Amino acid sequence: MIKLTVNGASRSFDGDPDMPLLWYLRDELGLTGTKFGCGQALCGACTIHLGGTAARACVTPVSAAEGQDVVTIEGLSGDGNHPVQAAWRDLNVAQCGYCQCGQIMQAAALLKDTPKPSDDQIDEAMSGNICRCGTYPRIRAAIHQAAGQTSATKGERL
Amino acid sequence: MIHDAKTMAEMAAQTPTATPILANASRRAVLGGLGALVLALSLRDTARADEGQTEEQKQQKFGADGMPHGWRDDPKIFIAIAKDGTVTVTNHRSEMGQGVRTSVALVVADELEADWSKVRVTQAYGDEERFGNQDTDGSRSLRHFFQHFRHAGAAARLMLVQAAAKQWGVPASEVRSENHQLVHAKSGRKLGYGDVAAAAAELPVPERDSVKLKDPKAFRYIGTGKIGLIDNHDITTGKAVYGLDVKLDGMLYAVVARPPVYGGKIKSVDDAEALKVPGVVKTVRIEGGEIPSEFMPLGGVAVVARNTWAAMKGREALKITWDDGPNASYDTDAFRTELEKAARQPGKVVRNQGDVDGAFAKAKKKFEAEYFVPHLAQAPMEPPAAVVWVKTDGTCEAWACTQGPQAAHDRLVKRLNLPADKVRVNVTLLGGGFGRKSKPDYVVEAALCSQAVGAPVKLAWTREDDIHHGYYHTISVERIEAAVDEKGMPTAWLHRSTAPTIGSIFAPDPKHELPFELGMGLVNNPLNIKNMRLENPAAPAHVRIGWFRSVSNIPHAFAIQSFVAELAHAAGRDPKEYLLELIGPGRKIDPTEIGDVWNYGEDPKRYPIDTGRLRRVIETVADGAKWGRKLEKGRGLGVAGHYSFVTYTACAAEVEVDAKGQVKVNAVDIAVDCGAQVNPERIRSQMEGAVVMGMGLALTSEITFKNGRAQQNNFDGYEIIRIDAAPKEIRVHLVPSGDYAGPLGGVGEPGVPPVAPAIANAVFAATGRRVRQLPIRGQAASA
Repeated sequence: MIKLTVNGASRSFDGDPDMPLLWYLRDELGLTGTKFGCGQALCGACTIHLGGTAARACVTPVSAAEGQDVVTIEGLSGDGNHPVQAAWRDLNVAQCGYCQCGQIMQAAALLKDTPKPSDDQIDEAMSGNICRCGTYPRIRAAIHQAAGQTSATKGERL
Repeated sequence: MIHDAKTMAEMAAQTPTATPILANASRRAVLGGLGALVLALSLRDTARADEGQTEEQKQQKFGADGMPHGWRDDPKIFIAIAKDGTVTVTNHRSEMGQGVRTSVALVVADELEADWSKVRVTQAYGDEERFGNQDTDGSRSLRHFFQHFRHAGAAARLMLVQAAAKQWGVPASEVRSENHQLVHAKSGRKLGYGDVAAAAAELPVPERDSVKLKDPKAFRYIGTGKIGLIDNHDITTGKAVYGLDVKLDGMLYAVVARPPVYGGKIKSVDDAEALKVPGVVKTVRIEGGEIPSEFMPLGGVAVVARNTWAAMKGREALKITWDDGPNASYDTDAFRTELEKAARQPGKVVRNQGDVDGAFAKAKKKFEAEYFVPHLAQAPMEPPAAVVWVKTDGTCEAWACTQGPQAAHDRLVKRLNLPADKVRVNVTLLGGGFGRKSKPDYVVEAALCSQAVGAPVKLAWTREDDIHHGYYHTISVERIEAAVDEKGMPTAWLHRSTAPTIGSIFAPDPKHELPFELGMGLVNNPLNIKNMRLENPAAPAHVRIGWFRSVSNIPHAFAIQSFVAELAHAAGRDPKEYLLELIGPGRKIDPTEIGDVWNYGEDPKRYPIDTGRLRRVIETVADGAKWGRKLEKGRGLGVAGHYSFVTYTACAAEVEVDAKGQVKVNAVDIAVDCGAQVNPERIRSQMEGAVVMGMGLALTSEITFKNGRAQQNNFDGYEIIRIDAAPKEIRVHLVPSGDYAGPLGGVGEPGVPPVAPAIANAVFAATGRRVRQLPIRGQAASA
């Protein structure tokens, strides 16, 4: 029996401990904001926070989350108004939107460690997250915008 | 006209308990087994570029009129207003990132004079008889439906006015509608839209001629670019529902082991180990593997399980031996040589103007070059996925990320052998489409699994499935020869385009490009050259060929715009000035007069090729990029312009090439003239995205085959642009028009074609090395 916390709620799982967190979150818990894009940690669509750090749910076995705090896009903020989410909406970053949950989770993790990132720091932190629609210029701009707001916002998980 | 507004998220939340709604299905016409898209193709295919117009073609219908099931503009179909005033617009075109849900809603809202904060959008299920054509490709949604959605909004507004007038007992001419309110100025009375919606719904829809559209000067949303994405909140909070996100009670999960070679069949299957994997419920033999595959499954073995992971583990444990079939030796290196050989021989003539052979015979100087573009995979971030429930009561309901819900519906009807009115296809958001999701093979696979296990099944394609079993962009060799005069200007131009055709998925290997492929920049080449012959030598297909955003415009524009720059260099001329001179003065060309009988399905009189507009976008990007400025060593500027989807685009790219030949794109200017702009904000985002996708195919992306098998597996081998390679600056220039009654152009695709040649031309400017093969990768390195 694996015990873990998902978006603040205690969970236990007695299935295949090798099952990637991605499929546990999606198929078992119905948290479909964490997306499948490659299954090999090549695209970042499945990015979550594991113990406060960005991780790829598609290659993280449930067993590796034992006793840990997992945060998905659904739990990033209570009201969906994390500064990164707000900036994403303000600049209309999304096109199809499929990769954006992973992009937002990665960007939120970046801003936690690097509150005022440069373009190069953004590129380095975000280069594992593919957007096939090509929204990269707006992703950069939205992260900069969110960085300007981060210090003023309280009560967020990150 | 009244029902409760639902957001996508609310709809999804209700999905597990939702009973299928088959009302209205009886209104759907049966297509007799032929899909809408195939019908469209076969109609157009009767037109040969090198033949005169037949009577049938003279009576050809254009635009939305020419599409299967045409268009509808009935406000009772598309607009619902609840008692609280919430307006729900039904959007019947698939949303895959182009912003159509927002754009359609804002068009209706503007003509309805609605308060945007009270507008919602809901997604139509697949039923073209009811909604008009739903085949979301070809950059057609607003081009074909803008005026009709305007009309629907304006008609609903008139009905609200009439209802209020009736209630007040005053003439309708005294009632104004304004920002969700009906106002009778004389008496100072006001009513909200919700107050009269029920009464308005009882009124007959006004005669089309009695409905007045707004003066564009009064637009509040159309053309402003100030409306945010209608799905923004759902997308940024994880609530947006894509094909892979639908969940039904009792649903099982499936993946399929498909033949590794197109046309391959199963020799034997041993599923004993697979069935031992905990969670695996059943294996299901999927019949298929016919050539041509059309939109049907490739065949193989599905593993159905209690979760996706178990299905994947089960698939790994299958032991299958395959008969690889006729494409077992497909090798793209060898095939390229074949294509080159074909391109060096005369081929089927698709346009012949003047005396090319005579001009070549007289010319003192001749140039020739061959350009290569490989297979590409659309690779939308959401791989193909569908949930289908084939029920014991003889009905079938599907939820799918599909660009063509009617096409999906028709394939389900055919394969399940069910009556048309017993099948419903619901459309989710698409996590990207780019042409891949026009083909509903994955929806049929899910249905066959559901039928076999008697439960709803979610079928997922992994990324490896997507890369290995796609409907690939064609592979092409484009050979161009030119004879030039003493000033270096071409007196004759011979272009041979050699590429397997999309027609090969519908018919037994037709070997020649169809009119719609030729019409994507080859046959309708507008360059002002007296003697021109365009040929299409035969090319067989060994994989499934499909649409990839902007389709055959990619190889045609890459070759033509690169070759023009090569001629400019040979003439010692500035490439931009040379290109403009070659396009010639601004003039309107009737596409039928240069052998293009297709013209993107549009009326050649209404949509002539306007070289003035092509010139203008090129001049616009040149100005934006400060063309002619001095650049540091190792940097270069390149330019290209192209006409596609009845829209004009040009691109100027600034690149930096290091000693190892690594190409970095520093800045890109892209200009688009698509006629009047309905939603400039989304036009900008489409151009930004097109630049990045164009960069990917220019620099890194390629699918190769050996022994009939795709050699790439995932995003490690199939490289697409990541943020660190994206330009720091993409400047989008929208050429103003403002003529909202005039013809609209496409937006989703036309940004792509000029990007690769602009980059290749910039690499030449930076290094002096001409790259004629995509992707460029390390080819710019000094020898």
